[in-house]
Amino acid sequence: MSETRELVCIRCPLGCNLSVKLEGGEIAAVTGNTCPRGAEYAVKELTDPRRIVTSLVRVRGGELPVAPVKTASDIPKGKVGDCVKALRQIEVPAPVHIGDVVMENVCGTGVDMVATANVDRS
Amino acid sequence: MYDVIVIGAGVTGCGIARELARYDWKTAVLERASDVCEGTSKANSGIVHAGFDAKPGSLKAKLNVEGSRQMESLSKELDFPFLRNGSLVLCFDEKDIPILHNLLEQGLQNGVEGLEILDREQLKRLEPNISDDAVAALHAPTGGIVCPFGLTIALAENAAVNGVEFHLDTEVQRIEKTSDGYLVYTSRGEFETKVLINAAGVYADRFHNMVSGEKIHIIPRKGEYCLMDKKAGGFVRHTIFQLPTVYGKGVLVTPTVHGNLLTGPTAADIEDKEAVNTTEPGMEELLRRASLSVNGLPVRQVITSFAGLRAHEERGDFIIGEAKDAPGFFDAAGIESPGLTCAPALGRYLAGQVLAYLPAKEKPGFIAARKGIPNMGQASLQERQRLIAENPLYANVVCRCELVTEGEILDAIHRPLGATTLDGIKRRTRAGMGRCQAGFCSPKVVEILARELGKDVGEISKRGEGSRFLTGYLKDSAEASESERCESGKAAE
Amino acid sequence: MKKDLVIIGGGPAGLAAAIAAREAGVEELLILERDCRLGGILNQCIHNGFGLHTFKEELTGPEYADRYIGKAKTLGIPYRLNTMVVDLRAEGQQKKLTVMNREEGLYEIEAKAVILAMGCRERTRGALNIPGFRPAGIYSAGTAQRYVNMEGRMPGREVVILGSGDIGLIMARRMTLEGARVKLVAELMPYSGGLKRNIVQCLEDFGIPLRLSHTVVDIKGRDRVEGVTIARVDGNLKPIPGTEEEISCDTLLLSCGLIPENELSQGLGAAMNPVTGGPFVNESLETDKEGVFACGNVLHVHDLVDYVSQEAEAAGRKAAAYLRGGLEGTGRVVSLRAAEGVRYTVPASLDIGRMEEAQTVRFRVGDVYRDAAIEVSCDGRILRSVKKKVLAPGEMEQIILKKQELEAADNPKEIVISVRTQGQGKEA
Repeated sequence: MSETRELVCIRCPLGCNLSVKLEGGEIAAVTGNTCPRGAEYAVKELTDPRRIVTSLVRVRGGELPVAPVKTASDIPKGKVGDCVKALRQIEVPAPVHIGDVVMENVCGTGVDMVATANVDRS
Repeated sequence: MYDVIVIGAGVTGCGIARELARYDWKTAVLERASDVCEGTSKANSGIVHAGFDAKPGSLKAKLNVEGSRQMESLSKELDFPFLRNGSLVLCFDEKDIPILHNLLEQGLQNGVEGLEILDREQLKRLEPNISDDAVAALHAPTGGIVCPFGLTIALAENAAVNGVEFHLDTEVQRIEKTSDGYLVYTSRGEFETKVLINAAGVYADRFHNMVSGEKIHIIPRKGEYCLMDKKAGGFVRHTIFQLPTVYGKGVLVTPTVHGNLLTGPTAADIEDKEAVNTTEPGMEELLRRASLSVNGLPVRQVITSFAGLRAHEERGDFIIGEAKDAPGFFDAAGIESPGLTCAPALGRYLAGQVLAYLPAKEKPGFIAARKGIPNMGQASLQERQRLIAENPLYANVVCRCELVTEGEILDAIHRPLGATTLDGIKRRTRAGMGRCQAGFCSPKVVEILARELGKDVGEISKRGEGSRFLTGYLKDSAEASESERCESGKAAE
Repeated sequence: MKKDLVIIGGGPAGLAAAIAAREAGVEELLILERDCRLGGILNQCIHNGFGLHTFKEELTGPEYADRYIGKAKTLGIPYRLNTMVVDLRAEGQQKKLTVMNREEGLYEIEAKAVILAMGCRERTRGALNIPGFRPAGIYSAGTAQRYVNMEGRMPGREVVILGSGDIGLIMARRMTLEGARVKLVAELMPYSGGLKRNIVQCLEDFGIPLRLSHTVVDIKGRDRVEGVTIARVDGNLKPIPGTEEEISCDTLLLSCGLIPENELSQGLGAAMNPVTGGPFVNESLETDKEGVFACGNVLHVHDLVDYVSQEAEAAGRKAAAYLRGGLEGTGRVVSLRAAEGVRYTVPASLDIGRMEEAQTVRFRVGDVYRDAAIEVSCDGRILRSVKKKVLAPGEMEQIILKKQELEAADNPKEIVISVRTQGQGKEA
């Protein structure tokens, strides 16, 4: 059982159109790339795609009603939606400082959610 | 029981209301929108016509020339922006020059002062950017420009200060004749009145035809406009018309009182009384026709475009006065151009008619003068210093393009008939009217409105219910669209 | 009030310029910021991807800004918030600013040097001349970004985005994550104006279609947006009749380009480049008004904040040199000209005697090119040709000019930068 997946490499502005041949779920060949980074990207995207998530958390008693946050490192792409959903359930008290952990081990990824801006008390 | 009710808070209705306010009637204005000046009065050329267009001897000619003469003193009395910049009617063909002379002759008969015919050289000296194809022009030094919102709001505020009630968000649905007047059914209850005045703009036929057997038909005549940046404001000094056509005075190019350049209107008769949308062919036609008047129209400086609907009655004349078969029902219908110019004179004229029908005494203590909102953007250095000393909020800039401060916005909210919407703030202070078109200031204005009106930010609208700006907190939206987010989660896998 | 140096704008450009100037010894300086906090537009750019060049790590906008704000505070650089510069003019060598804020009222500042760092604004619906109604629900992408990321408010639930600039792409992801449904992104050009990475991570990750060569031709809804009509455009970017498609939505976001905010520069009478919308500057980032420098998006729109910081640091250093009297011209001025394929260059001229050993020249190309070369020539002689696999209008390019190579040339007059595609050009 073989199939072909198309994707665009984002490792540099060139944006090569990659074609990945899968045989029985295993990557058999990557074509269309102009450098080794393209093949590497294709393998990563198809086997373990990960993303850094940036979103907001609600702040109680702050000069702003929300504070921006990010995952301290990338998390599996499939967990992005859950991660944002989990953030909605919480509210943190002001003040918030850059680097404050607002949620530990978000959605079991082993990655913390940290604040990316300072929000003073109102 | 009211003595007099006016339907419509456009410039005509407000002009009438202000004159009615001089007498000891119990008076109200009913307006379906959330603010005054929400219909044709907010989307027009802002021209104070000299008065050479109207047929000599007609009521239109009389009111036009009177209105034009009164505008300057009225602008001082009620403190709204007006400038007598003069107007020019261009003629592009030698053989049409007699038509210019006819216009001049007509103007003289109407009592317009200072009219003269200019040849090509005189014209070029007066307006260097005028088209090379223009061979002559009629110059009317008494022509002027006015801020249509400024005029309408000033009339309304002054009427309100003198006791006229304004019922906004109040849409008239049905009118019934009673033994001693009319019963007006609205979206906010019933109003009983002895005299009813119909100043409903494009909807005036609907109300007239509810009480009168002599039917009228208002055709919305769409006019599309482009407004250009203040950088282009000095492109012409006069209001530049072309020789009139059957559809009106044609496309003009004019500076505005605030220093922008404006061009428009097109003229297309339509059915839909709500169709204030601009169209691609309309814009194209507009810029093509405007380009006939001037060399190198700065089209790249367009900052916004809009459309207004003139209330064109199919017989082509104003309908002013008591309906023949409906005593106590007075029309101010079919008020298309020069309606803005005529409004103050029309108000006086109609108030006189009402007075003959329902005698009243002049109100002692009528306050004729009104002070407008300070304009930090146009004020002198000394004036700015003085205002800031009085209130430091006049130094807190909210709208950077038009230099509108928090102090001015607070004034706009807390005046009689104060602003409750973003558009209301815009028309009173110009916040959001500049080149970034409210990109920067709208979040701040929304916040100030919410704070001052004691509302949630989410309740603030552009122009009344139905045009809210925001759809709620992030958290609210999360709850409301749980399913959608799950979908997006899926898409991410 | 008298100052040696006033910096107009406390965003990334103004902060980096002020820090560099202070480090170069300018004591009497002041940053004027119109918003209520330093950091400018970075405060609302909560996504990651900032600072890869400067800090070798991926920061979010507020984090990137905070590094500079922290440094400015450590250096004790004074600033005023909520302060608007109403007027800027030059009287001889003296620059006069009229300034307003709530605490101090309206007052004048005399400055020996000024750095313009006011940033840019977004192109509006009016400037795009999109026909239709004028309801609530039409926002520039940046305004929507501010509502969502700083105020925690949603501008709408069903969204169409016109323009595939980076802010538009980023907002497609933001609003999707916050529960809105982004129906599509329409792009007038046959290529996207945004970074590839954003197309993949902001659109493709969420299944949001990107319609190239499409535009919005009508907006429906009298009070609130009810829908838009999109249509395919032809080679002249004109809508093709018969390709209209109605999309229901309550929100239209516009991400159709940025315009440098140069009202003050124009009021000053600085010569402006109609291509960039910013002032013409020389190698010292000085406008044609002596002692007035420009950097960041007010000079030309950047895509990477790292380059804004670099450029602004140069402006800060040069302003400091000017204040020391060390920016005297030598008269050996070479003009830079953008030729085939290149839209503009910053700087537009350079003084060989005054330039640093290496001078960065930044520019943008006007079209998408593959397997092309950037050619730099001086009075007809090719200095170098740099091969490029791909060139696109959405990505700023740069080349370095060496003082040495210009010193070696015989009284050079003009440097030309152009794109050379295969099989063209004077030499193979």
